[in-house]
Amino acid sequence: MAIDRRDTSRYKTFTRRAFILGGGQAAAFLLLGSRMYYLQVSKNDEYQMLSEENRINVRLIAPLRGRIVDRFGTLLATNRQNYRAVLISEQTPNVDETLHRLARIVEITPDQRKRILRDIARAPRFMPVTVTENLTWDQFAQINVNEPDLAGLQPDVGETRFYPFSTDLAHVVGYVTPVYQRDIDKDPDQPLLKLPGFRIGKSGIEQTYDKELRGQAGASHVEVNAFGRVIRELSKDNGKPGAEVVLTLDMEVQKFACERLKDESASTVVMDIHTGEVISFVSTPAFDPNQFNTGYGVAAYKALLENPYLPLTNKAIAGLYPPGSTFKTVTAIAALRAGIDPLQRVNCTGQYQLGNHLFHCWKKGGHGLMDMHNGIKHSCDIYFYDVAKRVGIDPIAKAATEFGLGQTYDFDVPGEKKGIVPTQAWKRAVTGEGWQQGETLISGIGQGFLLTSPLQLAVMISRIANGGKAVVPRITRAVDGEMLPLPPAPMIDVDPEWLKIVQRGMNGVSNEPGGTAYRSRITQAGYELAGKTGSAQVRRISMAERESGIRKNDMLAWRLRDHALFICFAPYDNPQYAMSLVIEHGGSGSGAAAPAARDIMLKVMQRNIAPEQARAKPASRAEEG
Amino acid sequence: MFDLSRFTGRDMRISEKLMEFNWGFLLLITAIACMGFAMLYSVADGSFSPWAMRQMIRFAAGVGIMIMVALIDIRLWMRIAYPMYAVALALVAAVDIVGFKGMGAQRWLDLGIIQLQPSEIMKVALLLALARYFHGLAHDEVSRLRNLIVPLVMVALPVGLVVKQPDLGTAILLTISGATIFFAAGLAWRYFIISGLAVLGAIPVIWDRLHDYQRDRVFTFINPERDPLGAGYHILQSKIALGSGGLFGKGFMQGTQAHLNFLPEKQTDFIFTMLGEELGFVGGIFLLTLYCITLGFALNVALQCRNQFGRLLAIGIAISFFFYVFINIAMVMGLLPVVGVPLPLVSYGGTAMISIMFAFGLLMSCHIHRNIEISRGPATFF
Repeated sequence: MAIDRRDTSRYKTFTRRAFILGGGQAAAFLLLGSRMYYLQVSKNDEYQMLSEENRINVRLIAPLRGRIVDRFGTLLATNRQNYRAVLISEQTPNVDETLHRLARIVEITPDQRKRILRDIARAPRFMPVTVTENLTWDQFAQINVNEPDLAGLQPDVGETRFYPFSTDLAHVVGYVTPVYQRDIDKDPDQPLLKLPGFRIGKSGIEQTYDKELRGQAGASHVEVNAFGRVIRELSKDNGKPGAEVVLTLDMEVQKFACERLKDESASTVVMDIHTGEVISFVSTPAFDPNQFNTGYGVAAYKALLENPYLPLTNKAIAGLYPPGSTFKTVTAIAALRAGIDPLQRVNCTGQYQLGNHLFHCWKKGGHGLMDMHNGIKHSCDIYFYDVAKRVGIDPIAKAATEFGLGQTYDFDVPGEKKGIVPTQAWKRAVTGEGWQQGETLISGIGQGFLLTSPLQLAVMISRIANGGKAVVPRITRAVDGEMLPLPPAPMIDVDPEWLKIVQRGMNGVSNEPGGTAYRSRITQAGYELAGKTGSAQVRRISMAERESGIRKNDMLAWRLRDHALFICFAPYDNPQYAMSLVIEHGGSGSGAAAPAARDIMLKVMQRNIAPEQARAKPASRAEEG
Repeated sequence: MFDLSRFTGRDMRISEKLMEFNWGFLLLITAIACMGFAMLYSVADGSFSPWAMRQMIRFAAGVGIMIMVALIDIRLWMRIAYPMYAVALALVAAVDIVGFKGMGAQRWLDLGIIQLQPSEIMKVALLLALARYFHGLAHDEVSRLRNLIVPLVMVALPVGLVVKQPDLGTAILLTISGATIFFAAGLAWRYFIISGLAVLGAIPVIWDRLHDYQRDRVFTFINPERDPLGAGYHILQSKIALGSGGLFGKGFMQGTQAHLNFLPEKQTDFIFTMLGEELGFVGGIFLLTLYCITLGFALNVALQCRNQFGRLLAIGIAISFFFYVFINIAMVMGLLPVVGVPLPLVSYGGTAMISIMFAFGLLMSCHIHRNIEISRGPATFF
């Protein structure tokens, strides 16, 4: 059978068009091939990187926060294992049932329950959500034993900041808190802050050395799938734990001082007079820094705020008090510099007339004839009124400033207050009024405008006791194994003999019969302290009251009683330590402050810290955490 | 050459047909299918279940169907072309009208291990019907307008129904298959130019009628980075997977993109991506080459046919197959928008496997019966 003509033309057309189609296909495959080459060969590096980015997730590992230890290595702030339980919701058929069973072991309040359920709803189903933490060992063990019944629940151990001495160091070491949004805003490039459970130093040494204590974040490279589930860990770098901070404190003294002052609203600073190292730094009452870790309870925090003894205030640096009679030491130095003969006597009749104003001595009836030694020993107001009037306010202020008052020291515990050392210029600038001579008189006995902090008073007595070396207080000895250099301590432009006169006067206060603190002396040979009492008036004594007899402090409401102050150094023969102690509304320096100071100072000397030797060999970094 | 009368005078015996069956072609498509099995084995993290084993069974069933279809005389296929088309159209319309979509159109023909979608049957039926129609037209009759009404309706009806389902991918493939037959049958160029312009003009209208998700696909195609976690995610991850494969790939079962689930639909539409990631450029080109040879063979079958029906059917099958491959691979490489077109013989899926093997059976039937001449006859339906 012949193929008809028209079929032949059909066939020809078909063949032609089949080749066109075939050519089109070949071109299309060439296109696919070249696209494949472009993606897989030319752009391989780029896509390989993207693929790795997809696959590998970098997870930060929070470094262990550095420890804080005292000069002997006693742990003051450390990390404690935090026993907790986490829930992985995909591993339980019924979250409610698991929580219900857990509630038989650990109490779960309705609020906590709500929080847990919200967290679970937010997190991917395979992400562990913290259900309960800070469990006791018993609770933790029970959860472990009952794990088969608690579907989806996993016992877990985390790290939490722990302050073994709780309130005793609240005002030194400070505390850490969870990270708030404002902290992140302040330091937006710090990825550590965004880690769940990360804590940030918010007070005290924890705040000052926060960066050092934090350490360096580690990172874990994990392979994840498209849903973020971790498939396996590829590599892990644990980071660098935070630096250890060594304080100058001696925890034994600190504990003793806290115990001695626990019922008072008081503060004390004990210093090494040669180095300025603070051996004890107490402000009572205090709070429990451990509680800030998880957030202070509302009720507990309200109680702190409402406590009249102000437990949140660091009184040792932020409490400002008139120095009272402790200031007479500085007035005496100013007088000696002004050329007043220390042996020249002033007759104390109990009263001192200036113009038509009458000034009184604390001792009704007066002390009789007083030279400088006796003026200090008996804390005679009249003697110092007279001396102050002769010296004038500005030279007194100069001496006060030289010996450390009216200034801050860049101290490592944040919150220092400057206080006030008044001068004529200061008064004019602040009040716009001229200086009155009467104000010089009351300044001479540490009243009036004068305001000082216990830390400043400790510096003042240190500089008096060490022969005029302007030591600066410090509380941090070493960070990360590096001793911090001592700040320069230039000599104050005073004649050492003047300081001897003041020291002898203070010895009189404590160790000579009739001295205001004779009852609170140390009798052990070689340990004698030399002190100066002070009672800072917080109320005005009216003329009428003076005539009817001044009310005794114990008859007054607590808030109206005088602040009791005491400053001292010891041992008298070979001064080593200085301290200041203020008991708010304690009554009198001799009655309330001196005995406490004596006990603490004795403890300091018994500890025999031997500062020079200790400095040479810093407290060893105890076993690494 | 051949003794023509031997073939035209009487029917071939089964054994003769089996001799003529191109076993090399079967080997070729088996090689392609095997690459699919390997990838499905890898997707399941080195397990034959749930995909690889079922796919192998389907392929085996498909080979059986292919041989059976191949052995049936081409003239019989020509005779039942229109009835098949009618049945397929009725099924597609039933899916559409009765609205079984929610229940799943796949339920329509549940053949145990495989489920057939009416639109899949239509893909083959349309080729048969068009080939049958143009077989009856003489060369100078093809380009007459009145002769084009019937085939246009034959294409438009199923395309319209499928678009409504909505299944854009199938609609496009049906249109392309139809156009291929028109083209191969010798329709004058001017019609293609005119319809090309018409399509351009219709774009705004079509755009208006597109579903939001379909528009989204187009937007995403133009700029995948516009929504990297949403609509653009598939294509971005696919490109990352391919690109990171490099020259030799990450190794069999080592594809991180695929195994860590960054790559979507990796056992079906995106299986080529996974192959590219694990076996690299070399593996991808190897598969493309196999496809090329397959197409070359199919085109050769078309050219060797001594009857117009066979030629048109063979080239229709070849071009449909080509477009499946091209659209799928271009899609996973970001050259085309994401349309749900599987990679023939490789993607997991029963319907596609059976229909492609059925089509290859027809192709083989064209090959076996290539020397049979069929008179043009009147351009009527029976």
